[in-house]
Amino acid sequence: MNTAVTNSAEVQKEDSMLLQKAMISANYDALSTAHEEGRKISSTFVPGNLNELLMCFDLVRNLPEINALQAGMRKKSGGYIMEAERSGHSEDVCTYVKSDLGMMAKGQVGPNGKPLPTPDVLLLSYTGCFTFMKWFELVRDEYDCETAMLHVPYQADGEITDNMRDFVVMQLKEHVIPTLERVSGVKFDIDRLREYLRESAKAEENLVWVLQSAKNRPSPIDAYFGGVYYCGPIFTAFRGSKQTTEYYEALRTEVEERLEQGLGPVTPEGVLDEERIRLVVEGPPNWTHFRDFWKMFYDEGVVVVASSYTKVGGVYDFGFRHDPDHPLESLADYCLGCYTNHSLPSRVNMLCNYMDEYEADGFLVNSIKSCNSFSAGQLLMLREIEERTGKPAGFIETDLVDPRYFSPANVKNRLESYFQMIEQKKAHGDAKTAA
Amino acid sequence: MALEAIVERCRNLCDDLSFDCVKQWKSAGTSRKAIGHMPVYVPRELIHAAGMLPVGILGGGDQLDVIHGDAYYQSYICRIPRSTIELAVTGRLDELDGMLFPSTCDVIRNLSGMWQLKFPDKLVRYFDVPQDFDLDVGGVFYRRELQLLRDQLAELGGREISDDDLRVSIALYNENRCAIRELYAYRSAEPWQVPTPEVYLLMRAGMVLPVDEHTRLIHDYIAAVRAVERPVRDNCRVVVTGLFCEQPPLGLLKSIEMAGCYVVDDDFMLVARWLLDDVPTEGDPLKNLSDAFITYSVETSCKYVPKREAKGKFLIESVRKNHAEGVIFASPSFCDPALLDRPMLQKALTAQGIPYTAFKFAENTGQLQPIREQAGTFADSIKLWSAA
Repeated sequence: MNTAVTNSAEVQKEDSMLLQKAMISANYDALSTAHEEGRKISSTFVPGNLNELLMCFDLVRNLPEINALQAGMRKKSGGYIMEAERSGHSEDVCTYVKSDLGMMAKGQVGPNGKPLPTPDVLLLSYTGCFTFMKWFELVRDEYDCETAMLHVPYQADGEITDNMRDFVVMQLKEHVIPTLERVSGVKFDIDRLREYLRESAKAEENLVWVLQSAKNRPSPIDAYFGGVYYCGPIFTAFRGSKQTTEYYEALRTEVEERLEQGLGPVTPEGVLDEERIRLVVEGPPNWTHFRDFWKMFYDEGVVVVASSYTKVGGVYDFGFRHDPDHPLESLADYCLGCYTNHSLPSRVNMLCNYMDEYEADGFLVNSIKSCNSFSAGQLLMLREIEERTGKPAGFIETDLVDPRYFSPANVKNRLESYFQMIEQKKAHGDAKTAA
Repeated sequence: MALEAIVERCRNLCDDLSFDCVKQWKSAGTSRKAIGHMPVYVPRELIHAAGMLPVGILGGGDQLDVIHGDAYYQSYICRIPRSTIELAVTGRLDELDGMLFPSTCDVIRNLSGMWQLKFPDKLVRYFDVPQDFDLDVGGVFYRRELQLLRDQLAELGGREISDDDLRVSIALYNENRCAIRELYAYRSAEPWQVPTPEVYLLMRAGMVLPVDEHTRLIHDYIAAVRAVERPVRDNCRVVVTGLFCEQPPLGLLKSIEMAGCYVVDDDFMLVARWLLDDVPTEGDPLKNLSDAFITYSVETSCKYVPKREAKGKFLIESVRKNHAEGVIFASPSFCDPALLDRPMLQKALTAQGIPYTAFKFAENTGQLQPIREQAGTFADSIKLWSAA
């Protein structure tokens, strides 16, 4: 094992991580007590998450994907998944879904150890993933609560057409907003939405700055393992709030300081001292062995400088910002623009752009068994990107929250071989340049 | 035409992975074009109205040796896209001038992008259908999507597609739908006369034949089969569901019947049965197609069901209408729509006291004995319950 970090006995966390942890805890507590306090609860998904709109109705926001992810990190998802499989759910389908259903079957205890109440409304924004649609049909079957459906068309030809945008806006006006008004008892106020969108745009500006700081050498951030923390508030129950704007201001300041000092990313074992390899990664991470997985990278001095997963809840680094002057159209464009709602050629172009702009040494796919939306076609994407960039590509397979599909020895072996290949290729390139 | 000759012809069309019949159709005219489409639903009327042949592409079945296709997909992804890619990269789909990929699931959706990358010179269209079933919302979106497809096909074909062209095509597909309804009603009434493997082959023939020829073939089949008397068996009556995309090996359907089950309804080739009634031929043809989709199309796992209480109702109605005694869930391995839907449908059946059994298959499943045993046990248990 190479150790490229300054070892520390305690798990190292950035201040922004602690701030985020407090935000998440407070939201889980708000969920736990919402009904006692007369508040209504919505459930919705990360991609196409209309957080600003939900806030307009004073709804407390629950995100089942985040519950599943949290269950994975807390080693609970394995039991939940098996519970769901025992009750007839196929071993072949998405483990986020099964973790969620298993959690419900086992008493619906949230990550804060308190029961999560039944939501009052499901906002099914069907963005970039077919499984979402069936997931909420399954959840609706259990909860018997209202469901607002938002069909977000797929950007198959790499552009948002007027018909797509109009369709989303029309659904918002005709179905989604009236349902949220009815459930919450709060009248929709478009100026309130504009205020939230204004806050969102500020936070998005700072998030993009943080993600793009990885263009520096050394990169002050890890844009995959660290990146999932950075995009956390904006992807979940917080986008549009002043608290989120403040979080991203604090995060930016933190990264600016590291950049000035020429420091690398903060890993759980301290600051990465030496950046040996820069990677672009496609696909979500594994959550059940998140720390072990990350360690396989930082032990070898590998930094992820750009990733597609940090775009799954919104693609902001090509210019899109929520626009208070066109609130509903802007929500539509946001939903339509989430990463997995892009066609494969668009995804290839985006990743090639990252390889070039972030001066990456290689491209790695973490292919997730649960997620056909990401995974179907990744082998062709890999070949295309390798061919276009001339950089070596690697491929590993894990799962989101099913611990049975994370084989540490196998993954480590593959990664080490891949990193060696990159180093050899780099050395060969350096020697050629010197000659 | 004799019954055996009709079935033999359909069998040959099903086994023809080189799509010779498409080549023959195209060779009859210099400017003829063929458009492939994946399951589950595309409006074939538009392709026909453009003077083109719609060709259903349903994977490679159990006869195709997949060599290249496996290099494109991880082991946990279903079989149909890998054998479809195999067909394409081995040149078997070269006769197709375009491909449509309906919004069936994420795998078929992403296959459209793979096609764009692999075959940039062909027309490739992901065909999105609405999951919002309000005529003034989803209906408006869908009409515009239909118009876009109409424009793309017109450009490819080098001629406008007039409203009258569309009306003629709608009328021909109405005749086809009517013939298929007659076939299914006949099988439901006298399933011993109309074995399901034959129904399957007839429906498959409709994926490559011109629509009018397919309609004639169904009429010929019905006439021929009415002229023979087939033995009545003591089988139970079942609905089979889950076969809407990846195709079952023919042996699987034979195994179900041999195990003691008459299939009285199924979800094969739903593209041909998607619209549950005729589409009006008067007025705006795109509006008519769109309204038909929104207001009277089948319920399948690829569609959203807006009301909780309506979930499974379509399947239960099929059981009731066809006097079925049980349901067989035959789902392709790794098929998200079918497998995610299954527990909800099973719950709805349980509430109605309708028995069911479930298994998974792949298009190249070779070991059919376990399926035969399972279907046989299911048939026996139904007989026992019925006796009680």
